[in-house]
Amino acid sequence: MAKPGVRGGLRLDAHKERSTAQALRAASSVETLVLPLDQHAGAPAVPLVKPGEQVLRGQPIAEPGGAISAWLHSPASGTVAAIEPRPAPHRLGAPTLSIVVANDGRDERYAQPAPAPFDQLSPEQLREIIGRGGIVGLGGAVFPTAAKLSSAVRGQELRLLLNGAECEPYISCDDMLMRERARDVVFGARVLLHALTAQTCVIAIEDDTPQAAAALEAAIAEAHDQRIQLRQVGSDYPAGGERQLITAVFDVEVPAGGLPADVNTVCLNVGTAAAVAYWIRDAQPLTNRIVTVTGDGVLEQRNLDVRLGTPLAALIYDCGGYTSRMSRLIMGGSMMGQSLPHDGMPVIKATNCIIAASALDLQPRAAEMPCIRCGNCAEVCPATLLPQQLHWYAMGRDLDALEAYGLMDCIECGCCDYVCPSQIPLAERFRDMKPALTERLAARGSAAAARTRFDARTARLEHIESERLAALAKKRQELAKKSS
Amino acid sequence: MLPALLTMVGLAAAAGAAAALATRRSNEDQKRLIDEIDALLPQTQCGRCTFSGCRPYASALASGEADIDQCPPGGNATAAALANLLGREPRPVDPRFGAVRAQPLVAWIDESACIGCVKCIQACPVDAIVGASKFMHTVIADQCTGCELCIPPCPVDCIVMRPASA
Repeated sequence: MAKPGVRGGLRLDAHKERSTAQALRAASSVETLVLPLDQHAGAPAVPLVKPGEQVLRGQPIAEPGGAISAWLHSPASGTVAAIEPRPAPHRLGAPTLSIVVANDGRDERYAQPAPAPFDQLSPEQLREIIGRGGIVGLGGAVFPTAAKLSSAVRGQELRLLLNGAECEPYISCDDMLMRERARDVVFGARVLLHALTAQTCVIAIEDDTPQAAAALEAAIAEAHDQRIQLRQVGSDYPAGGERQLITAVFDVEVPAGGLPADVNTVCLNVGTAAAVAYWIRDAQPLTNRIVTVTGDGVLEQRNLDVRLGTPLAALIYDCGGYTSRMSRLIMGGSMMGQSLPHDGMPVIKATNCIIAASALDLQPRAAEMPCIRCGNCAEVCPATLLPQQLHWYAMGRDLDALEAYGLMDCIECGCCDYVCPSQIPLAERFRDMKPALTERLAARGSAAAARTRFDARTARLEHIESERLAALAKKRQELAKKSS
Repeated sequence: MLPALLTMVGLAAAAGAAAALATRRSNEDQKRLIDEIDALLPQTQCGRCTFSGCRPYASALASGEADIDQCPPGGNATAAALANLLGREPRPVDPRFGAVRAQPLVAWIDESACIGCVKCIQACPVDAIVGASKFMHTVIADQCTGCELCIPPCPVDCIVMRPASA
């Protein structure tokens, strides 16, 4: 029987074995670490330190700047060299306010408050503590995990889905994590189950990662936890898309505009679960992550355990440097990643992969030609949209039609680009059109809010007026009674 | 004679019932149309269209008493959407009803000058101003629709319109 997979989607050549041939290794230490304050989703963090101050490894250096925000910890001991705008990869090289830590190389650890065993804490306390570890979703969306957990708990029975389906060709950091640190993933799963008061956890992986499957099975058996099970899904791209994976595993669809919590599911990356384990069990906040360094443009392709803030150039140096075939630097996967202008930017919480791409890695792109309406894009779209129609309406900036054809449900996976015989950069067009539509939907939302407030005010004024008239009539009656 | 009379009476009753049903249905249609128009309007409740708010303008449009070019806060996009919905000739907003702004503005109270008279609070159609008598007032910028109805009542002219992001 075929394993459940995505609707549409593509079977891509995996380029993972290049980077999984060698064991995970810690990256070399660097002198300067740059930590952008806005490297997570939500409000930027607010610095707790000043330039010149001494910091220890794991010390909180910035606190959340809003309800949806995250803590930031120093990845090394040393001094705060500066708090200034520095080029950041998630801004494609534009400067963003960052804390610069000069590493003294001594790695003196900050004394974290001693953690109580997690199962003796209440789920609320546990969620709060998870937030203090600076933990955000490591699959790439970097949404603060504590906020996600808290917003999902609405009194219903939840199930936890750990996403280990790493569908992007080239990226293998989750695969390596599951192979070498499966126990940490399973421990993290148990912590998260407690934090969500959930009773089931599915760890979903693709069916082409036998070593990870074996390691996870062994770790689950060792934990003697009946609540955790392993599921394999077909390895079509984008099997690891959150919505696609939920449909493949639980056979339910997340509603358009809705969240996984609407179908009683919380979906987190396996790397996030491991980060929860390091924080709750070992009192190590999120200061490191695994990064895949791959592509034909780098000498030695492998996975590295990297301190956040390490310059990308240092990772390339660690892997033997660039080859002569190097042509383009990409952060993220080959399908959804973005080109970076230079390698002078730091690793952030979202950096899962660096591709030093040669011409062999890049899909050759000829000049764009008109759409011939072949419909290939509609066949591969995992969100069952009609990219050819969206493209048509995007050209005319017809926001009504784009909304009606479900632009906001596009996950920007790039399957449509990949199959387009006319070489139209469809996903890029859709990404460009989304802000205009988002703005419009927000305007409509605020108009609806204004209507509600106006109606409430009108009702209140009418109520006050009718009360006044009633009081007046009553008084008049009383006076009439008295005089008669 | 009698069958003919019965037929006549029967036919008259049937026609009356049909007419009543049609009226009720058209009333419902009318209400639905007003809802649809209201959904396109920006809900500033500013009254620049010469009607007392967005819904009164919507009902005037539905009954043909108003034209589609009377809503400056909605701008030309709203005028076009209204024309499309009502099957009328599209036309830009008539400048007699007010200028169309490129950027949305919100009211801002100079708190050092505010005397706490509550007149602006009473004027605000969406309860976006907080304050109490003899206490400083302030505008909740996120809730302000930019209708400018609070500006004329202010006795010390301490309310100005500013870009929403400032």
